Formats: sequence, C-alpha cells, structure tokens
Amino acid sequence: MKRIAVLSAVIFFSAAASAQQAPPAEPKKDVPATQSSVAASEETRMKTLEDQVRTLAAQVTLLRGELKAMRDARSVEPRSEEPILLTAAHVAPGILAPSAPAAVPASPEPAPPQATQTQIFGGASSNAKLLNPDISLIGDFIGAAGRNNVSPSPSLELHESEVGLQAIIDPYARADAFISFGETGVNVEEAYVTFTSLPAGLLLKVGKMRAEFGKVNTIHNHALSFIDRPLVTNNLVGGEDGIDDAGFSLSRFLPAPKDWFFQGTAQVFRGDSDDLFQARRRQDLSVVGHLRAYRDLSESTNLDLGVSYARGHNNAGVGTTFDPSRFLTNLYSVDATLRWKPLRRAIYHSFLFRNEFFWSARDQVSPATVFQTEHAFGLYSDAEYRANRRWTIGGRFDRSGHAANANLTDTGFSAILTYWPSEFSQIRGQYRFGHLADPVTTNYSNANEFLFQFLFVMGAHGAHPF
Amino acid sequence: MQRTTTHTRINRVSALAAAFLLVLALAVPSAGRAESKLQIMTATTDLASLAQEVGGDKVDVESIARGYQDPHFVEAKPSFLLKLRRADLLIVVGLELEIGWLPPLITQSTNPKIQVGAPGYLDASRFAKILEIPTGQVTRAEGDVHPLGNPHYWLDPENGLRIAKGIQNKLSEMRPIDSAYFAQRYDSFEQRLKQADQRWLADMKPYAGRKIVTYHRSWPNFAEHFGLNVIGYVEPRPGIPPSPQHTVELIAQMKRDGVKLIIVEPYFDLKTPNSVARQTGGQVVVLTPSVGGEKEITDYFKLFDYDIAKLKQAFDTVH
Repeated sequence: MKRIAVLSAVIFFSAAASAQQAPPAEPKKDVPATQSSVAASEETRMKTLEDQVRTLAAQVTLLRGELKAMRDARSVEPRSEEPILLTAAHVAPGILAPSAPAAVPASPEPAPPQATQTQIFGGASSNAKLLNPDISLIGDFIGAAGRNNVSPSPSLELHESEVGLQAIIDPYARADAFISFGETGVNVEEAYVTFTSLPAGLLLKVGKMRAEFGKVNTIHNHALSFIDRPLVTNNLVGGEDGIDDAGFSLSRFLPAPKDWFFQGTAQVFRGDSDDLFQARRRQDLSVVGHLRAYRDLSESTNLDLGVSYARGHNNAGVGTTFDPSRFLTNLYSVDATLRWKPLRRAIYHSFLFRNEFFWSARDQVSPATVFQTEHAFGLYSDAEYRANRRWTIGGRFDRSGHAANANLTDTGFSAILTYWPSEFSQIRGQYRFGHLADPVTTNYSNANEFLFQFLFVMGAHGAHPF
Repeated sequence: MQRTTTHTRINRVSALAAAFLLVLALAVPSAGRAESKLQIMTATTDLASLAQEVGGDKVDVESIARGYQDPHFVEAKPSFLLKLRRADLLIVVGLELEIGWLPPLITQSTNPKIQVGAPGYLDASRFAKILEIPTGQVTRAEGDVHPLGNPHYWLDPENGLRIAKGIQNKLSEMRPIDSAYFAQRYDSFEQRLKQADQRWLADMKPYAGRKIVTYHRSWPNFAEHFGLNVIGYVEPRPGIPPSPQHTVELIAQMKRDGVKLIIVEPYFDLKTPNSVARQTGGQVVVLTPSVGGEKEITDYFKLFDYDIAKLKQAFDTVH
C-alpha cells in the first residue's frame, strides 16, 4: 500500500515538474521573434521536447519495472487485510482506488459496485477500540432476609464486582482475566491464556482457572441460574469458588459416533483450592479429568452429559501422628443437562433441566484416631423455564452430605424468579429452605430465607462457553 | 514405608495423567484434509447463499444460524464446533452481531485457520456500506446498540454484490487455481443480481417514500435501497422489549403520520405489533431478513423476491 502510494506520488510529482518546466521554455524561445531565427528556434524547441519525452519514457520504463517487481512481491506474500481496514477509516475512498486494480483484476465495465467496493465503510469505527481489551464489570448485589443459624449471609452486600479483561493476544492465543472484588478483598478468579492454534486439535489453557469439574464449578457467579451455589458445592467441592487453581488445561475433541460430540479435558493444578485441596509440597499437585458428551436431539433440544474426576491432597493429616502427605481427596461427578430452546422463539422461551451428582472420598483421621476414608454423596437438581422475554422461573433441589462427616446430610430447595429489564441487568428473588446440619454441634436446624439479587453489566463482557 | 507408598501413589497419578494426555493427543490421527472442496462456514444463511453463488461446486457451505433465528441470540452449541474444526474459511457478519456466541466457538474450534485475523477469517462487513454508525457518545441507554454500525447490511442487494466480490477475492486467494471459475461465477451473479434488482426496484417504485414501522432496526439498508421511510420501531430501543408507554407513543405517531404497515421479523412475538395494527387500522407483515426464513426462501434472490412480494401485497391492501 505504502509503496504504491509513494510510487504514485513520484509519478505525480515528476509529471507535475515536467509540466511546470515546459512553459518557461516557451517564452524564452518566443521572445527573440526575428524571422531567420524562427526555424532554428522551432528546431531547438522540438529537440528539447524530444529530449524531455525521451527522459520521461526512460523514467516510465524504470518505474514500470519497479512496479512490476513490487506487484510480483505482493502476489507472493498473502494479502494483508488489516492495513486496508485501518487506512480505510481515515482515508477518503478515492485514495484507495490505486490498490483496487491491483487486488481486483480489471473487469470489462468498471461498474458502480466496483468503484464503491473500495469504500470500506465497515472498517470505520473498528479503530475506536483498537488494541484495548474488552473491559467489563459485573456488579453482584445480594440481600438476605429470614433465618439461617448454620451459614448465615449478611443482610446486604455487594457480593462481588467482577472485572473482566479479554483480548486476543497474538495470532496464536487469547487471554481472559476475571478479577473479583469482594467484601473481603480482591481475588483473581480466573486469568489464563488460551492457545488456539496448536497442532493435533489441542486446546491449551495456562493460568488460574475454574477447573473443568462438572458444570456448576465452571460457571461464574453472575451466570448461575440461582443466587447461591448449591449445597453440594459448599459441602463437597470446596465452597463458592470450588476448584479454582493455577495450572494447565489440555482438551481435545475425541472420536465419537455420528451426531455425538465428545471432548476430553485433562488438567493439572498446583493443588490449592480453598479447603478442598491443599498442597504442602511441590509434588502435591491436583489433577482433574473431564469427559463431555453432547448431542443435538433436535434443532431445539439437546443433551449434555459429563463425567469428572478430581484428586488432590487435603490437610486432614496436619497436626496428627500420621504422615500428612497420605491424605488425599478423590472427587467424582456425573452431570446431565437437557436444554430446550425453540429457534424461532429463542428470546422468549427456553427450558433447562440440570442434574449433578457428586461423590467425595476424603482421607481423614476418625475420632478414634484411625486413618479412614470418608465417603460422602451430594446432588442438586435444577430446572429453569423462561416464560417470556423478561421473566424466568426456576427451582432447585439440594441434598448433600458433609465431606468430613457423611452422617450429616443437608437438604434444601429453592424457588427462583428472575426479571430481565434488558440483557445487561437482572433482578432475581429466591426463596430458600434448608434443613441444615451444624458441623460442630451436629444439630439440625431449619433455615427459611428470602434472597434477592441485582446484577448489572458494564462494558463488553465476552460470551460464556455453552 | 509410608513415604514410599505415597511416592508410588504420586507416580501412579502422574503416570495416569500422562497416559490420559497421550490418549487425548493421539486419539484421532487428525481429520482428513484431502477433500478438494473448500469447506466454508458462515455465521448466517445470507452469507452462505452469497458464498455458494461465488463458490459454486468448488465449495461446501454451511451456516451456523438458521434463517428464522434471531442472529443476535444463537446458542454456541458444541455441535457447531465439529463443523468449525474442519472449516477452511469462516465468513462472519461482523459489527458485533455475533458477539454473544461466535467468539467462544472460534476459540474452542481448535482450528488455527479460522481464528480472528487468520487468512480463513473473513468479516463481510468490511466490504459493505454500513448505516447507522453511531457518532458521539455510545451508551446502552440506547439499548443493545451496535457501536460499529447496523449489522443488518446484507438486506441491500448492492451490499450483497460487494460481499460477493469480497468472497470472490478471498476464494481466489485461497484457491488461485480456481480463480477464473470464481470470477466467472461472480460475473454471472452480478449480472443476475443487477437484473433482479431492476425488477425489484420497479416493483417497489410505486411505494417510494412510504412510511413504515419495523419491530427491530433490521431494515435500514433495505429501506434505503427501496426508498422506504422507517419512522419508528416497536422496540423502544434495540433489544429492549416493547413497553406500554412506547407503544402508546408509537400508535400516536403512526396515526399522526398515517403509517399503516408494521414489519416484523419471524422471531419476534406478534402480540404488540398486532395490537398496534388494530389500533391504527394498519397491518402486520412478517418479512424475513434472512435466507431460509421461510422454506421457499432458498437463496439470496428468493429472499428479496419473497419480501418484496409480501410488501407489495401489504401496501396494496392497506391503501
């Protein structure tokens, strides 16, 4: 582009220069207007002109040669599209014209579309955000009323403000960072780079991320279909953040029968995730494996299945007579989601039915100081129906043992109503009943609560994976 | 003794993990690339139709969104990943139309060819004449506003031609050996489209300058090309569902201006438009903004054939 512009400038200026040179030559010859000198001066003038034409011809040949060389070079290297896009924003359409014949072989009639094609209107404002990442902030305001003696939450809180920074890093990678400012401080919820151009269909993520363990563990707070996390997340999978750790994630599509989609993910983390996994030594890494099977049952209905496994060290052995490195937690989960969303009415109606089942096998020391593995189970079942463009109703059933004491089982259910003023804000109310066990006293008590939530999105928050 | 057991365990874990990774890496000996046809995926059916016009039988084209689906709200289903993984070229509408669903699909496709900026990624908006590019401050007080301009630009046949030219250049670049074929296909398309456009323009000429109301801002390019005058929208703001107050205002405006026609896309609810039509003595016309919006609309030509026939019929009945 640039070279062509320079070249056309050179041609233009040389032409202009020669045009300017010619007129002064004329009066010089014309002023001595004696009869005898007319023929001679005529001849000199012709000669000068001939010389000038010759020089110009030589220049043209030279320039042609250069132009050809440049065109050849251009046709070898792939046509870069970005510069055109960028220049188009500020340069008047006509200035782009020289590049059009180069890129587009001249057609018999240079019809209007040909001419207008160079007007790359669309590029105009993509400059507005040039190299900035997409920046967003999601405010999550939660209030609670009613009674809960076991795990009370504050009456009013700005539960978290999640700042998202997302950008394409280079032709081979993109990065996503989600930093949450909560009541107790700042936490990098996720920050990872995704390598999108690896061979063999591999997708590699490096950084801190929510582990691919089941479904609810991968979902950010603001994208949940309820205000709180299911009981089983708190009891068996390490609390609100779940398995969220620094490490590597490698995934790949797997061979599958027709119409099925299989994907396998293997992840290795440092081994620190809330109370769930704790790495005391470098080799105490945790691993997570996930297999996903998906199938479209029809255009509007699909089934999403998954099995997950996680393994890491826990801290149950610390301060006991046992070797703390012996204490591991193994977690297994199975998830199944049925979705329905009619394409013609996608913004008005949809239905989601999701079930996740968890099994925790945690090494610990029994009250009788014997090494034992505690097996606890938990599940939740969630149904959500979008009744129209603005309202969604939902319900959730919870049941979960405590990881450290499987005899204590919490049960709960919730009814959820969500109102969407627009895509960028959400108001939600949730009635929650819980029959909860106090882990210290082992007494059960009933919790009756009403939770409400205001969510608001600022800026460009990237779409979430399906 | 305990230490040894742990070590053995850890070794087993790492061996297990390594084996799993290896299985993942080697499970498929990479998909067959021997197909001679260029595999093209497009975001919408309209782009698919244009790509098919230019690519002919040298390409296989498939669209992610269906024609009767709101292109803003497509689900990023994993089944699309399998198709994207094999694509040589991905053509998108751009202008952030697909921002809610396409980026994760592209990332997860594990296909280096179609990543943003790669040679197999083509943003069709680059070639088109774009309307309604907001100037000044852009905020969401304006609803789901598209800061880069209105993305429904394919509804102007001239833009269709520009996009087809862009696709022709891209295909020739990817398959230089077939460039003459693509050029010939484009020329034929240009000729047929120009003829058709003359017919469409003639059909619409009697209604030039007519005022209409549309549900969403899907029709500025269409209206500009065919000389219609969009004076209001059923949505108070783009992407915001109709509100009683706005509906009352719209009815008043339609009565004042004598507007009788409400154009609705096939994926919007007809309740509010019908009620507005009843109160203004007007009529609701469901026009499809995309190829495939109705069964018989199988290509870019039939899209305009269908919409214009319906519009003509509607204009004739209300007056």
